[in-house]
Amino acid sequence: MRSKDRPRYVLTVDHLRGLFDELSDQGYEQVGPIFRDGAIMLEKINSFDELTLGYLEQQDKGSYNLDQHPDAGYFQYSVGPQSFKKFLNPPRRKLWEANGSSSNFEITVPERPAKMVFWGVRNCDIEAIRILDKVFLEGAYVNDWYQAAKEDLLIIAVGCTHPSKNCFCTSFDSGPMPYEGYDLSLVEVKDGAGHHFIADGKSDLIKHWLNDTEAQLASKDDLEIASRTIEEAIDNMPIRLNPKEASELLKTNLEHSHWEQVASRCLSCANCTLVCPTCFCSTTEDITDISGDHTERWLTWDSCFVGDFSYIHGGQIRPSTRSRYRQWMTHKLSNWYDQFGSSGCVGCGRCITWCPVGIDITEELAAINDNPVGPAKDKKSRGNEKHKGST
Amino acid sequence: MNGSPWNPVLYKVSSKSIENADLLTFELDPVGDEAIDPIAPGQFNMLYAFGIGEIPISVSSILPSYPTLVHTIQDVGRVSKSLIQLPVGDIIGVRGPFGPEWPVAQVKSKDVLLIAGGVGLCPLRPVIEYILDHREQFGEVNVLFGTRHPDNIIYHRDIISWQSDPSINFQITVDHAFPSWRGNVGVVTHLIDKAKFYPENTISFLCGPEVMMRFGIYACLDAGISEDMVYLSMERNMKCAIGLCGHCQVGPYFTCKDGAVFPYTMMKPYLNISEL
Ligand SMILES: Cc1cc2nc3c(=O)[nH]c(=O)nc-3n(C[C@H](O)[C@H](O)[C@H](O)COP(=O)(O)OP(=O)(O)OC[C@H]3O[C@@H](n4cnc5c(N)ncnc54)[C@H](O)[C@@H]3O)c2cc1C
Ligand code: SF4
Ligand code: SF4
Repeated sequence: MRSKDRPRYVLTVDHLRGLFDELSDQGYEQVGPIFRDGAIMLEKINSFDELTLGYLEQQDKGSYNLDQHPDAGYFQYSVGPQSFKKFLNPPRRKLWEANGSSSNFEITVPERPAKMVFWGVRNCDIEAIRILDKVFLEGAYVNDWYQAAKEDLLIIAVGCTHPSKNCFCTSFDSGPMPYEGYDLSLVEVKDGAGHHFIADGKSDLIKHWLNDTEAQLASKDDLEIASRTIEEAIDNMPIRLNPKEASELLKTNLEHSHWEQVASRCLSCANCTLVCPTCFCSTTEDITDISGDHTERWLTWDSCFVGDFSYIHGGQIRPSTRSRYRQWMTHKLSNWYDQFGSSGCVGCGRCITWCPVGIDITEELAAINDNPVGPAKDKKSRGNEKHKGST
Repeated sequence: MNGSPWNPVLYKVSSKSIENADLLTFELDPVGDEAIDPIAPGQFNMLYAFGIGEIPISVSSILPSYPTLVHTIQDVGRVSKSLIQLPVGDIIGVRGPFGPEWPVAQVKSKDVLLIAGGVGLCPLRPVIEYILDHREQFGEVNVLFGTRHPDNIIYHRDIISWQSDPSINFQITVDHAFPSWRGNVGVVTHLIDKAKFYPENTISFLCGPEVMMRFGIYACLDAGISEDMVYLSMERNMKCAIGLCGHCQVGPYFTCKDGAVFPYTMMKPYLNISEL
């Protein structure tokens, strides 16, 4: 059934509590936004009531603040520093372990991830998962852990009604309202008249559950209120970039002087890559216990801003911050199209909020756009470089 | 193994031969029934040393006796040193084969110009072997090899036989020599004057340090070889070799899966951009 032909329901908080309990009974691990350390974080939760309630946020370049507000609902903010990649491609996971010694060892592979439910997934993060699918599932090699984590995944999406000042999802095809890639989507409505959710169930499991709840069908008025809140969200987000043009622009401006300018501010701290919902770079780590007969190989997140990321014996390919920032931004906004057929950015604004010095990817792009160098010359430049030796 | 591309297949070191002070050639045979798919010239494997780590190493010879693998490893750091120190009988984890091949089997009746710097000769040796096995399919065959010092020369037995083989023109040069050295001294690109080929019918493969390859490419192009007949093998940090770790990117390409062997036409826009 097409999305617009499906019936929409009006769900109460109690309905959602019921759904939470039912999914727990079915053995799902549940993950959702909770308040911790002054931010809205994504964590495993054991009850629906652990979800954030009553927070509004303020985000700006390099800043993030939460305020408690009696009228605020469960999902009326945008995104915190974490994204769901944390659960689909964990920051650290054991690839395998080996026991023995170099003269004789055996390899064993750890268990697969549990089946999970994600609560409160915004469309930017759904888009990010779709992008990670291309990276991890649709290439020549599959990230088997990610694949297993996705197999039984349930996504409970929310229409994003309160985008932050740093959000720019409307610059991409997506925007704040999920249109696919979820099992259940909710638009939260909290006003003088009450607190409820306009719900669209997509997967069979959720449709059956919706039937059983005997929840009310949404009226025309209900639907109109829901779509108005989303339209307001869209109106609050100015278009900040044109992804197709950005991709072309960056290809011909690899030697632009602005890279040096960004480098004078960038700390090469890697925050932007860690908070980005699509950044996927990783490294491996070998840990051997003191007896020397047990060793583990771990996969951990890595970042193109990290010193030895590009190391090959003799030195780093990208020793300068200039070259690292350029690698990051051209990957996100340009090379990603060549590699995976889409943008590597979904406009979630996290990298802008969590950059300690407030570097804004859209502004850096605009600076290059205002003063482009133009197509790189087809130079066979030999520069001043001398070919001194063979090895 | 269990379908995960991160899991190595175990191989046993069945023989080791010393090439020079810090380079060894290994033959590896599978420990159990499982073996990696046959490897082709230009491809590489990830070799794992127990408890230490894993590094990309090219295939340096292709034996008819599949599944035996041949790799030449230079001691430059942690993992390579551990691998080199393993005695015969010890076990190495192998993942692969990765990357495209040198397009040697696809070019018939062409003149061939191979330019190798230092350990860059290792990935090209299977090409030389292939050509010698199918000599009638090729025109003039030239191998130009440059290395730092006579002490760094590898594959001595092969080199002696290539030098005495009238069907290939093997030239060698060193950057610095000792007084008794009677051969060429200087950069490998200068040897191109000693190569015999019809530029419009020549294919060239280069492998070595990036700066050597850049100058080698200019020399090929200056000699009249067409751009799309030039191939090179890129070296980048690699943690996974399956396009999922991000370390090996050069512009839009992943060196591990789009390369390491690239047509020059793919690399051309990026080779002169510093720190890319
Ligand atoms: C496609 C390809 C084929 C190669 N073929 C050969 C070969 O046939 N023989 C050979 O001796 N060497 C080869 N190399 C180089 C070899 O991989 C490095 O010498 C090796 O990774 C160094 O690791 P290390 O731990 O000993 O050194 P360290 O200096 O301790 O390096 C630390 C880590 O950095 C990374 N690293 C360092 N240097 C390189 C490098 N040059 N390339 C990629 N990653 C690097 C590795 O992850 C390494 O474990 C090849 C490299 C590539 C990319
Ligand atoms: S690049 Fe920045 S705005 Fe774009 S998806 Fe990543 S964190 Fe979000
Ligand atoms: S752009 Fe900002 S967040 Fe990213 S590395 Fe530089 S200082 Fe850190």
